[in-house]
Amino acid sequence: MSANLRPSPLMALFSREIRVARRLGGGGTMGVIFFLILVTIVPFAIGPDLNLLSRIGPAILWIAALLATLLGLDRLFQADHEDGSLDLMLTSDTPLELIVLVKCLAHWVVTGLPLVIAAPLFGLMLALDPQALGAVTLSLLAGTPALALLGAIGAALTVTLRRGGLLMAILILPLAIPVLIFGVSAASASISATTPFWPPFLILCALTLATLAAAPFAVAAALRHMSE
Amino acid sequence: MTESPFSFPTFRLEAQGLAFARGGRTLVEGLTFSLTNGDALVVTGANGAGKSTLLRGLAGFLGAHAGTSLLIDEAGGRETIASQAHYVGHQEGSKPALTARENLTFWQAMLALPGVSSDLTPDAALARLGVPQVADLPVAYLSAGQKRRVGLARLLLAPRPVWILDEPLTALDGAGQALLTQLVKGHLAQGGTLIAATHAPLGIKSLQLELGGAA
Repeated sequence: MSANLRPSPLMALFSREIRVARRLGGGGTMGVIFFLILVTIVPFAIGPDLNLLSRIGPAILWIAALLATLLGLDRLFQADHEDGSLDLMLTSDTPLELIVLVKCLAHWVVTGLPLVIAAPLFGLMLALDPQALGAVTLSLLAGTPALALLGAIGAALTVTLRRGGLLMAILILPLAIPVLIFGVSAASASISATTPFWPPFLILCALTLATLAAAPFAVAAALRHMSE
Repeated sequence: MTESPFSFPTFRLEAQGLAFARGGRTLVEGLTFSLTNGDALVVTGANGAGKSTLLRGLAGFLGAHAGTSLLIDEAGGRETIASQAHYVGHQEGSKPALTARENLTFWQAMLALPGVSSDLTPDAALARLGVPQVADLPVAYLSAGQKRRVGLARLLLAPRPVWILDEPLTALDGAGQALLTQLVKGHLAQGGTLIAATHAPLGIKSLQLELGGAA
């Protein structure tokens, strides 16, 4: 086995993360089921008003996606902290910022991507028309990475706390508000005649790119501090 | 047993006036030492004397309160100890849901130094540690001693010149302790350096550092 046949550290990390998520049976399926439950109970609460439902449908899908993303995020670094992996990663040659980025990417692939794929299906239950279904799916595809990256900051700050999940949610939800605002307004563009699709969608993309650039540094700094 | 396929380049590990604090309490102070290829430093001291703090500090997990610790190579290049060290602490860094082989494959990729590669496969490393049968078992099902052996296997898979071992004999049986002594001897013969905190003797010639301060 020669050195160049070996996977690069980041590839190895990515496949480890995916394996761990799949093997535990949690990860993606759990998030999607939670998403489904949230979307299902709303029509029961609101009643059989299809017009109302299709008007607030995009917002419901977005809130459900936000909450489903938070689910399981608290374990993102905590599990590695508890079993000592985090310490070992700190001694790796690979910068912690890149390790964080790959972990977030793997987390999104396992938990965020299934939500995006399931969104058009669940949107049908909220009486969304095809155009709105497309807009919701597209906005979730652009926005959920930002939610996962913001969540990673909260996960890193609460890495040493036993019951850090709630604190993490409190820390992160305010930061997620801009993403929610522009995500929902892009998603509901086809419903209301007044809002266009592209401006909020492009701002949403910009938010995701900005978090992508900044969050790994914030997370790595928090993890370095917390490992002391 | 350890046929050294290579040996580590010459280096010096220097600690100058190191001090580490934990929770506002200074545990280790004014520590100065120098180690080079083949040296071993065994840190002893009562519970709470600061052995783990010192080792975690040397591995770069704790910022030093004062002083510096560095690795200086032949050409005078300076590197942090962390980037060249294996740290074995109280946890193994293994994911319980993954098999021993999957865990070790990951750590081999993650911890390998550029330009230094080992020809060992995870399976061969497990065989060297006397637990070839666990390769396909999820780590969650292993005993404490087996987990420790799986954790120690990464020291062979990704050669690094400095081994920082915090109570490495924990959970190992008699044969396991003898095996670890053998591995350490092989590592030192390859020109590696060892810094270990332990209560039981490791069975190697070493410098001693006794930390004062009691529990």
